[in-house]
Amino acid sequence: MPLALFFLAWFVAPFLLLVIISLFDTAEFRALGLRQYGKFFTDGYSLGVLWDTLELGFLVTAVCLPLAYALGLVYVAGGPHRRTLILFLIMMPMLTSAVVRTFAWIVILGREGIVNNTMLALGLWGTPVRLLYTWGGLVLALAQIQLPLMALPVINSLLKLDRNIVDAAEALGASRLRRLCTVIVPLTLPGALAGALLVFAASTTAFITQTLVGGGRIVLMPLNIYQQAVGVQDWPFAAALSVVFTVSILVITYVLNAAAQRRMRGIDAA
Amino acid sequence: MRLRPSDLVYEGAVWAVAGFAMLLLLAPTVVVLITSFTGGQTLKFPPPTWSVRWYVELAQSSELIGAGWTSLKLATFATLACGLLGTAAALGIARSRSTTARLLDSLFMSPMVLPAMAFGLALLMVFSVLSVRLSLWTLAIGHVVICTPFVIRMVSAAVQQLNPALADCSFSLGASRWYTLRRITLPLIGRGVFAGCFVAFLASFDHVPVSLFLSDARTEVLPIKLWQILEASLDVRVAAVSGVIVVVTLVGMLLAERLFGLAANVQESR
Repeated sequence: MPLALFFLAWFVAPFLLLVIISLFDTAEFRALGLRQYGKFFTDGYSLGVLWDTLELGFLVTAVCLPLAYALGLVYVAGGPHRRTLILFLIMMPMLTSAVVRTFAWIVILGREGIVNNTMLALGLWGTPVRLLYTWGGLVLALAQIQLPLMALPVINSLLKLDRNIVDAAEALGASRLRRLCTVIVPLTLPGALAGALLVFAASTTAFITQTLVGGGRIVLMPLNIYQQAVGVQDWPFAAALSVVFTVSILVITYVLNAAAQRRMRGIDAA
Repeated sequence: MRLRPSDLVYEGAVWAVAGFAMLLLLAPTVVVLITSFTGGQTLKFPPPTWSVRWYVELAQSSELIGAGWTSLKLATFATLACGLLGTAAALGIARSRSTTARLLDSLFMSPMVLPAMAFGLALLMVFSVLSVRLSLWTLAIGHVVICTPFVIRMVSAAVQQLNPALADCSFSLGASRWYTLRRITLPLIGRGVFAGCFVAFLASFDHVPVSLFLSDARTEVLPIKLWQILEASLDVRVAAVSGVIVVVTLVGMLLAERLFGLAANVQESR
């Protein structure tokens, strides 16, 4: 298969080379060793950056989850017109360039942006509040940008859900909230997890949004790698950062995936 | 059906969250379009005066137009390669239940989850070790890897809906494999292939992390140019570029929906 060869040469091999380069002790490629990893794990700053990046991924995913479920519930309850409308609302931002969407958030959160101007006009805020270049602004912007990745799998698993089970719960007297919590969400969890993985991965690596909405003060892994590789020209350390970052994402993805599969088997067995 | 007060509260809450999600999804597109017609020098929202001056400035900005052309060329190359390689691969693995096919599928989908920054750096290291000069071609290699998952997803979804008996009929009537592929299989999965290519094109046009490492002064792509402008100053020309991108994407989406049912393909592939 030609694609397999292509991926071997230009995807698998580059990652192997990345690992090899991370094993050089100095930027001059003289001696081999684990110095770069030692540097990473003993340096509070680098560890903090990794932790912040993963935390950002979790926060964005947590914000997306309820939004995606609410959208999905309104979608499946509606007729064909409402469904088409919601699907287009989801696809439109998904297909529009992320730089453009990030730019929109700069306008929305800016000093003279919509939020500040509205709050000032309503007299709720006395002076403009800084929203851009804050952690909260970054989480909200990323949640909007990545929401489609979560909404589509959630809608799909809601569509596949057997209505009879929900009806049975209703006939047995379960309230709507109870039906959602004990029937609908557990049965659609694999879809939500699939979406969560995509949102998590996409928001941790979203260089453009992180640097423009987060600003220079919020340094996350992608900017850290870029600065080490292009700014400082320390390739072995940049490679080590990339390896640690990739492995962290892989481990989290693997754990979530395994959880989803165990869940699926549980449902099949029941 | 008997509605309890708690059910009413629940319905209200679901609709409120869904309404907020829909507003979030729609807001950036609307904000970008409105901002691009500002007569002012800043990104004040709502704009103090109206004008098309930023579109006029954009039409005279050769650097932005040049970057736009580079991005279009790059996305076209990448899409053609992804379409060919991805369709062939999806035909090979979508139906197979063998371990090799499952492994290949995970490999081809992994660029969606692994950090693109790490991949961009890794690819730069490969070209540097091989002493290959960076060009539009080396950039295209990176983009093919990044965009292939979109083609694989949508074509695989189309192949899975294909009735295998059709190909068997064709074989039993004496048609060759190649003839069956051309006259039976490809026409039936064509919509999936076009939808996959459409999304892959937009993904390449929008992609930043890999381009960040692999593009130089001669192959400056549009999203990076926009990022640099926004990092340096909140230039309103970006609003005009964004306005053009939003309108072109919307028109493309509507055309794609008419021609090959984009929404259904996107949905089935999740």
